[in-house]
Amino acid sequence: MLRQLRIAILMVVVITVLTGLAYPLAMTGLAQVLFPWQANGSLIQRDGKTIGSALLGQSFLDPAKIDPKTGDGPTLPGYFRGRPSAAFQPGNGDDTLVSSGSNLGPTNKALIDRVVADVAIVRKENGLAADAPIPGDLVTASASGVDPDISPAAAELQVPRVARQRGISEAQVRQLVAQATSGRTLGLFGEPRVNVLALNLALDAAAPMRGAPAARP
Amino acid sequence: MVLNIAMLVVFIALLVGLSWLLGTYMARLFSGERVFLSPLLQPVERGIYRLTGVNEAEEMRWTTYTIAMLLFNVGGLLLTYAILRLQQVLPFNPQHLGPVEPRLAFNTAVSFTTNTNWQAYYPETTMSYFSQMVGLAVHNFTSAATGIAIAIALVRGFARRTTREIGNFWVDLVRATLYVLLPICLVGTLVLVSRGVPQNLDAYVPTTTLAGATQWLPMGPMASQEIIKELGTNGGGFLNANSAHPFENPTPLTNLIEMLAILVIAGALAVTFGKMVGNIRQGWAIFAAMAILLVVGIAVTTIAEQSGNPLLSHAGASQATTVDGSPAPGGNMEGKETRFGIAASTLWAVITTATSCGAVNSMHDSYTPLGGLIPLANIGLGEVIFGGVGSGLYGILICAVIAIFIAGLMVGRTPEYLGKKIEQYDVKMAMLALLVIPLTILGFSGAAAVSGDALASRFNPAAHGLTEILYAFTSATGNNGSAFAGINANVPFYLIGQGFAMLIGRFLFIVPVLALAGNLAAKKRATETAGTFPTTGGLWVGLLIGVIVIVGALTYFPAYTLGPVIEQFQMHAGETFSLGG
Repeated sequence: MLRQLRIAILMVVVITVLTGLAYPLAMTGLAQVLFPWQANGSLIQRDGKTIGSALLGQSFLDPAKIDPKTGDGPTLPGYFRGRPSAAFQPGNGDDTLVSSGSNLGPTNKALIDRVVADVAIVRKENGLAADAPIPGDLVTASASGVDPDISPAAAELQVPRVARQRGISEAQVRQLVAQATSGRTLGLFGEPRVNVLALNLALDAAAPMRGAPAARP
Repeated sequence: MVLNIAMLVVFIALLVGLSWLLGTYMARLFSGERVFLSPLLQPVERGIYRLTGVNEAEEMRWTTYTIAMLLFNVGGLLLTYAILRLQQVLPFNPQHLGPVEPRLAFNTAVSFTTNTNWQAYYPETTMSYFSQMVGLAVHNFTSAATGIAIAIALVRGFARRTTREIGNFWVDLVRATLYVLLPICLVGTLVLVSRGVPQNLDAYVPTTTLAGATQWLPMGPMASQEIIKELGTNGGGFLNANSAHPFENPTPLTNLIEMLAILVIAGALAVTFGKMVGNIRQGWAIFAAMAILLVVGIAVTTIAEQSGNPLLSHAGASQATTVDGSPAPGGNMEGKETRFGIAASTLWAVITTATSCGAVNSMHDSYTPLGGLIPLANIGLGEVIFGGVGSGLYGILICAVIAIFIAGLMVGRTPEYLGKKIEQYDVKMAMLALLVIPLTILGFSGAAAVSGDALASRFNPAAHGLTEILYAFTSATGNNGSAFAGINANVPFYLIGQGFAMLIGRFLFIVPVLALAGNLAAKKRATETAGTFPTTGGLWVGLLIGVIVIVGALTYFPAYTLGPVIEQFQMHAGETFSLGG
């Protein structure tokens, strides 16, 4: 018994050093040498400033028009809208330190009310009929709150608006959408999707908005 | 639909292939034979034994084996508690996070020691990198290695005859860590990093978004933790959104790798079992029973989520897979990620609860009631559908003992499993293990349903709120760790209650299992006759599935009726609810 206790204590120490320090630190060293960009968060720079990660979604709501109570609002003109996020909540500031889904259950009135409100915003700003069905992903909150993607259907719906606001043709916008689109892996796994940040960055490069909000402090 | 079926077929084929490879490897490893990594790792292994004073040749009876296992786990638990309480003075804390509050530190230390990884905290704002690596990820290795050791000990009970010895806990523990977990993690970490999972020790990065807002990006040694969290069926996320977060799980490919990692050791151990008892078909029979239950669960959940929530359609959100000719994931996308859509989310949800993993790539709380019922029931059945690393195999072998006992009652013969007569003591130990789980789940849930403090933690109203409570204690007792995450578990009732539920669910299950192993090892091996009930083939697989499902259904049906079942009808009737309204 006492011998087992002695072994147990020593074993906790040895295994902790091996799997808790040696392993992750060695992996960090290797990763930094082999894949430095990915290992440091796939950060994207523009004009010398870090503007985000290629993997993470951002809010493209118009900061000037966000309802402080619901955190909801219309899209920034000239940009594609991403999915609703439970991480960008009023009071959280704009930070996404804590990633999260809404966790609203399927019969929760708060869920249905939020969807109704988002559907109304999307229909209005895109000039759609009052009964036009909106692709579900565009009006449901993602699991992480930083989902970078929307479905091709959710992108297509916004093409005419963005083309008009940017003063370029719909065909040009569609081409940029196609460039930001990924298919299923091996044709089987995952879903076709459009990376909203990549798309909006490409739009800024192809046809900058005048008085772009990115220039604001 | 065709695509979903094709995906599932490819996935199961990959699982079978990998299980066979790893299972054969582990059978050799735990029988003390040389494996291809031996030349590289044996010096390290010997070094560890010298440092710790382990005698590699020593065999243990079940009592010594149990004591060694318990001492090691208690030691690890205390160390983690200390690390969490002292993280403000420890290194690798670029965010300058303060000490973890005592009750939360207790809950978390228990949670990671027991392979549960229930998280009552927001990792991004609570845990330093030191706490993540040394306090938590270490248990991702040790709890998995402990599970493998126990499973192997039980297999030895069946395989050996007329001995009281079932192996050496320290040797099993070190071999599982060194030869199985670490090598897979080394490769897995680098693959995940190459696809975009961060691996650094930097402080969080502030960014200025295109819309002009400040967005903080979390950083840290994520990839090394992500792979062992899946491989060891632990599930504790480096980030709050767990494997739904693009940093933990950036692409459908990483999603596939992580899902295979969750299942592979559990699948492989069925093969190891077959090899070690000298009849591989015994192993594949167990594998088949688990695979059938898994596929049924996947089908139900996927159909439920793809059919979606009629309330959303009514609100104007299309749930079709094409809208105006362009593809969309369709179905109930609340709480799911676009890159995974429905099928890769539901596949994960079923896998993570069939095993004891509990990592999530979608939010179960927002599933349709029927879609959320399957994950809940998977855990309630005891996580025997592949199950946790090690715990899945010893769990389903307990079910097998009960099934063979029932078969024996039906034909009026003393039941035998793998040549071992199953007698009074064996059935008692098996039943003890089996009864501990529902008793703990339903007992704590019942107490929560009549306690004001516990009720105040609900995030969703009505029937869904009860499901949140049931899920919380099912997850804790089953050592799963996934959640209907709306519930606020960072209050004393849940921190303490779940802490005990996790300890009971882990160790009060393991001790009878080891007692059974010791008792079985001591028996002679009876020769097979024409009257022996065969434990390979379709009849046996059907009987085993029947016992698992019937025992589970009888235990939980009344409680589930009041939660997910009633909510499914309410959803289709178009009813909505508000808290306090």
